[in-house]
This record gives sequence, structure tokens and C-alpha cells, in this order.
Amino acid sequence: MSVAALRRPALRLLELLGVLFIASIGVFSLVVLMPGDPAVDILGAGRAPSEYAALRTELGLDQPLVTRYLDWLGGALTGDLGRSVVPPQSDVTDRVLSALPVSFEIAALGLVIALLIAVPLAMWSAYREGSAADRIIGAGTFGVLSVPSFLAGLLLILVLVNSAGWFPRSEWVRIGDGDLLGNLHHAFLPALTVALAELAMFTRVLRGDLIVTLREDYILAARAKGMNPLRVLFTDALRPSSFSLVTLLGLSLGRLIGSTVVVEYLFSLPGMGTLIVNAAGQGDYPMVQGAVLTIAVIYVVINAGIDLSYGYLDPRTRRVHV
Amino acid sequence: MSDLAPRTRTAFPPPLLIGAALAVVGLVLLVFGATTPQLVTPAKAAVALLGLGLLLAGASRLGKVWAGPGFDVVFWFGAAWLLLLGLAILCAPWLPLAEDRDVASTVAEPVFATPTFTGGHPLGTNAFGLDLLARSLYGARSSLLISLSAVALGTVVGGAIGMVAGYFQKSVDRVVGIATNSLLAVPPLILLIALATVLQPHLRNVAFSLALLTIPGMVRLARATTMAYANREFVVAARAMGAGRTRILLRELLPNVLLPVLSLAVVMISVLVVAEASLSFLGLGIQPPEPTWGNMIAEGEGRVFEEHPHIVLVPGAFLFLTVFAFNVVGEKARGRWDSRSVKL
Repeated sequence: MSVAALRRPALRLLELLGVLFIASIGVFSLVVLMPGDPAVDILGAGRAPSEYAALRTELGLDQPLVTRYLDWLGGALTGDLGRSVVPPQSDVTDRVLSALPVSFEIAALGLVIALLIAVPLAMWSAYREGSAADRIIGAGTFGVLSVPSFLAGLLLILVLVNSAGWFPRSEWVRIGDGDLLGNLHHAFLPALTVALAELAMFTRVLRGDLIVTLREDYILAARAKGMNPLRVLFTDALRPSSFSLVTLLGLSLGRLIGSTVVVEYLFSLPGMGTLIVNAAGQGDYPMVQGAVLTIAVIYVVINAGIDLSYGYLDPRTRRVHV
Repeated sequence: MSDLAPRTRTAFPPPLLIGAALAVVGLVLLVFGATTPQLVTPAKAAVALLGLGLLLAGASRLGKVWAGPGFDVVFWFGAAWLLLLGLAILCAPWLPLAEDRDVASTVAEPVFATPTFTGGHPLGTNAFGLDLLARSLYGARSSLLISLSAVALGTVVGGAIGMVAGYFQKSVDRVVGIATNSLLAVPPLILLIALATVLQPHLRNVAFSLALLTIPGMVRLARATTMAYANREFVVAARAMGAGRTRILLRELLPNVLLPVLSLAVVMISVLVVAEASLSFLGLGIQPPEPTWGNMIAEGEGRVFEEHPHIVLVPGAFLFLTVFAFNVVGEKARGRWDSRSVKL
């Protein structure tokens, strides 16, 4: 690769660092918005003023804001996100690291389920454009898009757990415990809930692209040669139609993270969602700051990765280098 | 028959007749499914849904006979639901509704009454004997109040920033771009939760946090639309005739930017209704004695809704129908006013 080819990723990286820097200031300044005194919140009212002062010194609350920010940022860069202010005052980094794999698993499994269902559904819908099946799929996906994930999760529990009894309700099995099947059995229903909204969106977008692709001459040529329609759909039509699906993958990442958070809370899974919601409910600001910063970094990095991958997926978006 | 609808005679059987028959059968099934106490809940829901589907199919045929082939039954269904809900919210204080939040006054009321669509508690009651219809309507009031004011605030602020960035470009645009990207660096719901950690959960604060979510999208759309119009002939002509920047922005560009931005605002409402409900469901939004759809659904958590599904299904149905209606109306508005070519 020449120097010129590296310029674009390098600029992108610089922009990314700038955005993350500003976001980190925003995340840190949450404390400033906080009403009341954290020391009073932690110890409770009615203690001696010297106790509050001692705690403030211990938490570094008596330092100027800029010093505290730089301390926090320095800690975050070296992997130390501070300690929780709620007993048992656990280490934020430890909690985040133990919660991340659970969230990753739910989100990734949800995406896989969404794609596995959306691709055939979109193909069927596009191949039989205007048919009853197409209209039903269109109406169904539009309806699913209007169901918030927590409602979808509750409905799935109602049907699949209570009426059919196919899945256990809670009790998370970690992958590390060696019981992969048990883990998947527990993870499936939350992942399916996460998948629902995504698969509706994917189906709609992929269907639109496929319909355009299927009108191309080379598809007609392939069909005229007598190729199997299924083979035409998979080998000739799918790849050129998948670009906006990749774009969508990036755009829906925010929603994916949001629904993962809600679904984890609903199924009481020990992931980032449960961590952050509980911390927010208790006003545990170091935990919220650490978790939000972690999520922001992951979110921005994945988005940038998707952005850069266009160039490799679709040659038309590449700049011409001389 | 022939003098009533002469145009429909070419088709047999006449669509008017099929439409009416479907609508009637659908309505009967819907009412039967909703009111029969002999059926279990899933069966009731299935019958009612089938009835609703038939009713819509029938109404669609009727509408096409009456208003031509362009009739979109789902759009009118959504619009009718929003109108009905809006009227009910406005008239809520004068409607004969049972108690919605004062637990002390409902000691004598039945708890977990199932919906019968008749009597004093048409949609049933919750664990404290509070009426679910009243709670759903008052929940709709706070939910819509929050979402509408947040969208209004976000649209005005985001639209103004976007137009300024799109018109002046250069360094203004760059600063605005970095600011919006930084706001987008945190996923929407996470941003809401983070703000909920430090802000008191009352109406104004929730509306403010939600408005913050709408700003980036509005800025981008307003900026792109403004840029697309900024060098058009009528703008150049206005500038040549000596119009100032303010006049060009307000009199030449704003009327063109307004419609796409407003269409996005309608779609945004449904996103915010969901976000507000999620926040209340997580226990971080408006707090319990005050009803919202989200905290009503949260009442069904644990084992409660397994025995009394209506605790979740009633507010869930309100939430779904409202979000669906805003989506349908918003998509229609976007299809008409927000042409793809405008986006850069």
C-alpha cells in the first residue's frame, strides 16, 4: 500500500480520537450535572462534617474539575476506571470486563439469528414481488418494527416459556463453565428478542435492493440459460445487493446495543445492560461513567471499521490514487 | 344496487359486497374474541387479531370503492387511532374513568380484574385495583407530552443548527459536524440512561434528554437539504437582488427545508415514544404513582404477568398501536415530502 492509500484511514483515525476525546469529556461531566453531594449520598445524612470532608478527599472531590478529569482519563487509558461508590465498592474495570462477554454473546447471536431469518425472507419476498407472501412479509416486518424490544421479550416469554415451556426463564450459564449447550439454551430467547427488530429492518432493506438487482440484464441472462432460480438468487443476486445491508449493520448498531441493554435487564442476565441500569438506579456514577465510556469506545471503533470496510467491499467508493 | 354503484358492476362478485361482508365478519370476531370470557387469553388474542385482519381487509375494499384505488387503509387506521387517542387524552378529566393513581381510594375495588370491555373497569385493574384504562390514558398523556415537546425542541434547535451549518459551511460546518459526531458516539439508549443517573426523573428532564437524542438526526437532514438548495436559481436571484443572509435563510431556504424536517419529526415521535417507554420500563423514567406505559408494563415483571397477562398486554397494546400509527403516518409523510435525491 502506498502512503496515499494510508492517508484516508489515518485521517479517519484522527477524527475518531477527537470524537472519543469530546465524548469522554461529556461522559465525565455527568458528575457536574449531578444534584447534591456524592459524599452525602454515600454516607447518608446526619454524619459529622469531618467524615464528609474525609470521604471527599478520598474520592478526590476536593480537586479542581480539570485535575479530576485528567486523573480519570489517565486511569481509563491504563485500564483503571476507578471504584464504585456503592457498597461493596467493587472495581469498575473488573465488573465491566466480566459483563462484556455476556452482552457480546447476546448481541452477536441476535445478529446471526436476524441474518439467518432475514436473508431467505427477503429473497422470497423479492423473488415474488407483489404476491400475497410479499405483502404479508411486508406488513409483518412493518408491524414488528413497532414493537419495542422489552414488549417483544415479554410476549416471547409469555408464549415460548409459559405456554410452550421450551425455554428456561433465567439463570445464566457462562460459556467458560464448559456447558456450551446449556449456555446456548439460555441465550437463545434473549438473542431472539434482540434479533426481532433487526431482522424486520434487514428484510425490508435487503428486499428493496434485491428487487433492483433482479431487474438487471445479467440476472435475466442467467435465468435464460436455465439456471436454477435459487442458485441465481444466492450466487448472482445476493452479493451485489448486500452493500446497503452492511451500511444498515452500522446504522442499526446503536439500536442493537440499546435493545441488548433492555433485554438483559428483562431476562436478568449479568451483562453490560444490567450493570449500567442498576448503577444508574443507585446513582453509582463511576460505574455509569466507566460502562458508558467502554460502550462508546466499542461503538465508535466498530462504526469506523464498517466505514472503512466499504472501500474493500465496494470498489466504487474507493478513491482513485495516482 | 345498479344506480347506487354503477362503476362496480364490471367486477363480480361486487367488491362492495365482499368488503362489507369481510368487515362485518371481522368486527364480529374482534368483539367476540375481546369479550368472551370462556376462552383462554392466547385464543382470545388470536381470534381478535384474525378479526382485526379481516376488518382491515374489508375496510380496504370498501375504501377503494369509495375513494379510488389509492386508498391506504392502514394509514387511515393509524390516523384514526391517533385522533381517537388525542381526543381521549384531551377529554380525560371529564370522562367517567375510575381511579388511576391514588391507591388509598381503591381498597374496595377488585384487584387484577380481567378486561371485559364493559362495566366500571373495561380494561381491568392492576395489583392495587387501579383502573387500567384510566392509567393507559393518563400514561398516554405524559408519554405524548414528553415525546411531542422533545421532538418540537429537537426539531427547532437541530433544524436551526443544521441550516446554519449547511448555509455557511466551512468552519461552522466543521464544528457542527464534530459536535454531532460526538453526540452520536454514545448509543441513544445508553445516553438516556447516563443522563437519567444524574437528572431527577420528572417530565421536563426526560423531555430534555429525549430532545438531545433527536438533534443529531435533525442537524444532518437540515444541513443536507439546505446544501442541496443553497445554490439553486431562486436563492442566487434573491442574493443578487440584495437579500441578506437572514432573509435568505428564513424566506428562501426554510420553506424548502421545513417539509422534509417535519416528516422526519413525525417518524422521530415514534422513536421517542419507544425510548421513553424503555426508560420507564427500566425504572429510570417517570416514577410509579404517575402512570406511563413503560412503568405499567414493568408492573408485570417477575411472575405477575404470567398469571395476569393483561397487566402487560393492555399498556403494551396502547404502546404498539401508537408507535405503529406514528410510523405509518411518518412513512407516508416522508414518502411524499422527503425525496431521496435531496440527501447528500
